Amino acid sequence: MAREPQPSGRQAMMAVLAQASQTELEGVVERFAPLPAMEHLRPPEIGLCMLRGRIGGEGAPFNLGEATVTRAAVRLNSHVGVSYLLGRAPERARAAALIDALWQDEAARPAVEQALVAIKARIDMRHHEEKAATDATRVEFFTLVRGEDT
Amino acid sequence: MYVAVKGGERAIRKAHALLARTRRGDPQVPEIGIDQIREQLALAVDRVMAEGSLYDPDLAALALKQARGDAIEAIFLLRALRTTLPRFGASVPVDTGAMRVRRRVSATFKDIPGGQILGPTFDYTHRLLDPALATRAASTAPAKTPATKPATTAPKASDVQIAPDTAPSRVTDLLGAEGLMEASPPDTGAEPPDLTREPLSFPADRATRLQNLARGDEGFLLALGYSTQRGYARTHPFVGEIRMGAVKVELFAEEVGFAIPLGEVTLTECQMVNQFHGTDEAPPQFTRGYGLVFGQSERKAMSMALVDRALRWEELGEEKSAPAQDAEFVLSHSDNVQATGFVEHLKLPHYVDFQAELDLVRRLRAEHAERPGGPAQSGDEEELAP
Repeated sequence: MAREPQPSGRQAMMAVLAQASQTELEGVVERFAPLPAMEHLRPPEIGLCMLRGRIGGEGAPFNLGEATVTRAAVRLNSHVGVSYLLGRAPERARAAALIDALWQDEAARPAVEQALVAIKARIDMRHHEEKAATDATRVEFFTLVRGEDT
Repeated sequence: MYVAVKGGERAIRKAHALLARTRRGDPQVPEIGIDQIREQLALAVDRVMAEGSLYDPDLAALALKQARGDAIEAIFLLRALRTTLPRFGASVPVDTGAMRVRRRVSATFKDIPGGQILGPTFDYTHRLLDPALATRAASTAPAKTPATKPATTAPKASDVQIAPDTAPSRVTDLLGAEGLMEASPPDTGAEPPDLTREPLSFPADRATRLQNLARGDEGFLLALGYSTQRGYARTHPFVGEIRMGAVKVELFAEEVGFAIPLGEVTLTECQMVNQFHGTDEAPPQFTRGYGLVFGQSERKAMSMALVDRALRWEELGEEKSAPAQDAEFVLSHSDNVQATGFVEHLKLPHYVDFQAELDLVRRLRAEHAERPGGPAQSGDEEELAP
């Protein structure tokens, strides 16, 4: 993962966390054990996010419907890690917030990004497989030459 | 005078216990898991999420199980749950143009950039029941799903070719580039109205109408859409494009100062292309109806697009002649939780109301009998009593 300035690097990292499983996230956190004392600024909390679409796909926004979201925030040393994830997943949210805090620590960041490589690869692989299966259903039109012209 | 009567509690308790046993069905048959419902009855789950207006496949699957497969009851359960949760905010509007498509078809152009991608569709099936699917669930516990296996066996990043962003361009954009298609209403930066905060009022703007339709009953919208095709406010629709797939969701979070990616949701979008003749000022241009729905639900997205277009009659200078154009009629009756609440409340005790009616009818009948020349009465009021 490229070293990008905040927030895009952090955003990209969060995009991986958002699609990672609980096992994957906890696997990343375990790499940093034992963790220093942390403060649970916001214990995992389940709520809603109103999802918006756009009229015609690209016009004025409208409210489409809500989705469940879990959020959490922790303070690790001087860094505040935050997570917001779709679904009801307190454990995932706690782990994701912790990883976000670790990532903000310049010293820990390379190790965090290294740990996320396998997760990113797994997600990309799943997308790749899905795309291959989908692309196989693309219609290949062909035309028939009728006989009377020959 | 009436006497309040209590005493239903025991019967209600027993009825609910019986409901639980009935829900379970034959105990010899293995109990269904919500993971099975989520994975194998996914379109039922999608419908509950769409009309429950709450995206959460696991909760929708649970609701379907609890409701014994009754979609509207399950939708009601989701709507009830959402009222208990705080709202963290509203997402950045999703970009369906960047969708990771799993299906994408156009009925207006054969050769569209990106092609016609059929995806997992019932179209072109023969609608013959498949005996191969008529299996029974194994009575043993299902194997653990492999989805949660650790990623230690995942390939290295260098092995994976990260696919370029190949989301196909929209058909409506192709028409729009030539000026043949009306533009969508621009984003002025104004907050869209929210029916979950402000009750429906009229006239309702298009954003309000779309929110209402997105959570509206599929059957109701299907019937209304169908009515426009049969001539009740004909709009000459063509499916410019239907696409279904995963879109990213982002939420702006104050505490970090940027939009946090939350994950992905599956949506179905329908761009309906409709005819318009133009005016003296404006050259002829196609108009459009729009449908966007949670999950995979083409029927709903298409119906929504048809009804959205029909509701635009005034803006497009058309004549109002049919139910599908009547915003007050359509939007006030599209919500199946409201509808079922009002229809089904009729079965609840109305003993006092009815007693009043009964007394009134008896009195009127007595007056009627006393009128000179009225029919002779012989105490037949008793026939009215149960």
